[in-house]
Amino acid sequence: MTDTARTSTPSAAAAKHLKRRRAADGRFRYYGLIAILAALGALAVLVLTIGSQALSAATYHVVRYDVTLDPAVIAPEGANRPADIARNVDGFYGLVRDNLLETFPEAESDRVSRRELSDFVTRLAVLPTAKMIANSPELVGGDIAMTAPLNDDLDLYLKGQGVRERKIKAGQITAVAADGQAGYRVTGAGAFDALMAGLAVANVGRAKGAAQVDVLLTAGVSTGRLTDITSGSARLELLTGKAADFSNSRPAARIIVSPEAERTISDRQIAWVLALKEMGRVERVPRWTLLTNSDSTYPELAGGLAAIVGSLLTMLVTAMVAMPIGILAAVYLEEFAPRNRVTEFFEVNINNLAAVPSIVFGLLGAALYINFLGMPRSAPLVGGLVLALMTFPVVIIASRAALKAVPPSVRSGALAVGASQMQTVFHHVVPLAAPGILTGAILGMARALGETAPLLLIGMVAFVGDVPSGPTDESTVMPVLIFSWSNNAERAWEPLTSAMIVILLAFLLLMNGLVVFLRRKYERRW
Amino acid sequence: MLQQLGQLPMGWLLIALIAVFGSAAFFIGRVRAERLLLSTTGRMHSRPNYHGYYVAMWSAVPVMLVAAGYAIFAEQLTRTQLTRELPSSFSALSAAELQSYLESVRMAAGTAASAGADRVFQAVTNRYLELRGLVNAGTLVLLGILASAGMFWAQRRLKPSFRARALVENGMELVLFVCAGVAIATTAGIVLSLLYESLQFFQKVSAWDFLTGTRWNAQTEAEFGALPLFFGTFMIALIAMLVAAPIGLFSAIFLSEYASPKARGWIKPILEILAGIPTVVYGFFALLVVAPAIRTAAIWVNETAIQLGLASEPILAAQPTSALAAGLVMGIMVIPFVSSLSDDVINAVPQTLRDAAYALGATKSETVKQVVVPAALPGIIAALLLAVSRAIGETMIVVMAAGKSARISMDPTSDLTTITVQIVSLMTGETGFDDPKTLSAFALGLVLFIVTLAFNVVALRVVKKYREKYD
Repeated sequence: MTDTARTSTPSAAAAKHLKRRRAADGRFRYYGLIAILAALGALAVLVLTIGSQALSAATYHVVRYDVTLDPAVIAPEGANRPADIARNVDGFYGLVRDNLLETFPEAESDRVSRRELSDFVTRLAVLPTAKMIANSPELVGGDIAMTAPLNDDLDLYLKGQGVRERKIKAGQITAVAADGQAGYRVTGAGAFDALMAGLAVANVGRAKGAAQVDVLLTAGVSTGRLTDITSGSARLELLTGKAADFSNSRPAARIIVSPEAERTISDRQIAWVLALKEMGRVERVPRWTLLTNSDSTYPELAGGLAAIVGSLLTMLVTAMVAMPIGILAAVYLEEFAPRNRVTEFFEVNINNLAAVPSIVFGLLGAALYINFLGMPRSAPLVGGLVLALMTFPVVIIASRAALKAVPPSVRSGALAVGASQMQTVFHHVVPLAAPGILTGAILGMARALGETAPLLLIGMVAFVGDVPSGPTDESTVMPVLIFSWSNNAERAWEPLTSAMIVILLAFLLLMNGLVVFLRRKYERRW
Repeated sequence: MLQQLGQLPMGWLLIALIAVFGSAAFFIGRVRAERLLLSTTGRMHSRPNYHGYYVAMWSAVPVMLVAAGYAIFAEQLTRTQLTRELPSSFSALSAAELQSYLESVRMAAGTAASAGADRVFQAVTNRYLELRGLVNAGTLVLLGILASAGMFWAQRRLKPSFRARALVENGMELVLFVCAGVAIATTAGIVLSLLYESLQFFQKVSAWDFLTGTRWNAQTEAEFGALPLFFGTFMIALIAMLVAAPIGLFSAIFLSEYASPKARGWIKPILEILAGIPTVVYGFFALLVVAPAIRTAAIWVNETAIQLGLASEPILAAQPTSALAAGLVMGIMVIPFVSSLSDDVINAVPQTLRDAAYALGATKSETVKQVVVPAALPGIIAALLLAVSRAIGETMIVVMAAGKSARISMDPTSDLTTITVQIVSLMTGETGFDDPKTLSAFALGLVLFIVTLAFNVVALRVVKKYREKYD
């Protein structure tokens, strides 16, 4: 039609106009496409950032310590019952520290380096071993290989995240000669050419007089700091190991860009951790402690068990309150309520309640449950009740939709064979609507599981080191734990928080997967 | 003896008693009805099970009422009596101190580990346990009497012509009605608790000062001018809507008018994932990625402007947490609220309207812009209003990424605070409920509730009216 019109009146203005309209049409479509891509792109960035961070926290480094369980240290006379051994953190920590000092005797010399070395292990990290020994006391006196997680900063360093560094292989070192106090001169024709080129790159853009970049040279278990670097020789200040290791070797040099004062770990600590790694005592293992430990102030020991249990207890309370009340209320409104103003008021009320900001429910919980009824703060019971109030409008709305979908013929049939209205509803309509009701309820619970704000107001933000054993114990939940961890300053908390987020999302995914499964299997169209 | 009673796990005990009395009564009722059935020649009105339910109802309902009463009043009753008995030296304590003292008594009583504390504390704890034991024992006796009486009375009424089913069904309908009433009770609870605490607050601070004051210093100097908070909330919601409205709307148009059914089937659920991600995750994302990026960008803008001679000093605040970061991420979060509802209303526009536009020679985009969107406009506005209400009430993103300084500044890279941020920071401290700090949180909550409610009511009305038009 338009074709014939165009051929019959080939006005140039009309053709131009049409072309413009068509172009506008195309552009409009692209706006839509761009909008979709922007939304999906934001989602992708979010998932990728958190996923990649979480992946780095999924494993961590543990160090092996071959220690002799000296009874005098871990089970001294008078404190050798299993309960005492399990609590003897000092004793086990002493064993580990002595082992480290034995491995790196140079740290004995001054207090600073002794402290730097003992930073390798957190005191509380020996607790699992202590408990294990307490359970099998026959091991006391024998040798065991105990493992403990590495300090979080060194763990990040080994993962290549904490400190910016560049690794360059040096050339063949031919001679090592003593040079002054605690120093050596390493020489080898052209051994440091590549290193000097690397240093030139690292110094580009650096202000003159800014702190020197550090260069570490590592051969086997020995590491030293390099200064006065020229093409064929450099001064080596030994940090750990023996100078002899460097002769006739091709050591690895590390240019560490950030100056020592700005780092959380010192050159010596780097040297030691490299040596431990070279000895095969450092191992990167899956971080199961994320699921088996509770919260801690040390990132390498922290885990989410208490929060996961707290979340489950809270959800249990929520489910036990919100699901029956929500479903029964929906049955009443859909099947029994007379169509009048009162019912209409109920409906408007429920729809509005579903859109009230969650933090207002937190205020209600604080005022009603804690201040008025005197319930304990920070307890899953109160958290569950607050979330139940928030969830049950959602359950009502979903259940009503499911009940509405059951065709009237089912009701008529049941009534026709003499069932009462109550029997019709509970023997026929509700069972048919059950999958829909259940999926709605699960979705409501999933929302409650991710909710944070109202729980902050009823005090669930406190630090909880123990797994709660009942709904009135002090507890926290997964989203709140994520919030608390994200407030911590140390760099190592970031990947940990992401890992916790992934665990939370896994629970949500599980619930949503269940919904999809139920829908696929049971949903019927009438 | 009384002290041991005071340590009973009453919660579990009451639940168990409800179950025990209920099932025992059901059993008695049913057995009696079956005997009646055997002894009678005619038909019975109701089946034996209903007789069982009837007796169970009369036995379990009193138990439940007593249990509910216990849950609400037991602790207060014990504390009131204990306070009355405390030695006169305690009268010097303020109400809040007394409350925290009693709370520690309750904790000590619960763990039965008051050893090591001073003797007065130990004595008070023991007395607390005794009183609690008295209350517990009284509750259990009352409960036993009521349940047995109800059971006895109900089973005496059973006879072949007894209309047990009708009575049971009436009872059930009452239960259903009460469940539906919980919704009303919740709303009433919200309104009452917010109003009650807010009124206490407004006795200390005038409402006019609260609403129009420009200085907010609740934590330290007790200045309660909430205007900077309203401004921050408005600013961040505005940024969020500037992101969410175009993206959400264009996504909805693309999905409903342009996308193939298959693409739509994929993209729509993926977009809705955005609504299912917990807000604390968005907050972390804002803190980790978006806020530093915005800070870097703002610093770059400042430096470039100074280098180009456009400004002599930094034009942007470039703070580590900023309104822009929170707003952007919140915008991403509310995209699905806009797109989903808009998509629904655009789909509800009758196809005949589109066909008519095509018949007049309109291109697809012209049809959308001049026919479909105007027809769907009320629904789209409702979607936007719901999204705004969601953005105003959102808490975690702003708590984590928007900052805490109450100021009025048009610079989106400065940190602004919002109503919800202040509620959280006021309520997470260890202050009593009569402190103006805590009370001001409720006043803020009241404002938040009223504003979001207004948005919702308007939006739901618009949606309803619009639906009626095309149905």
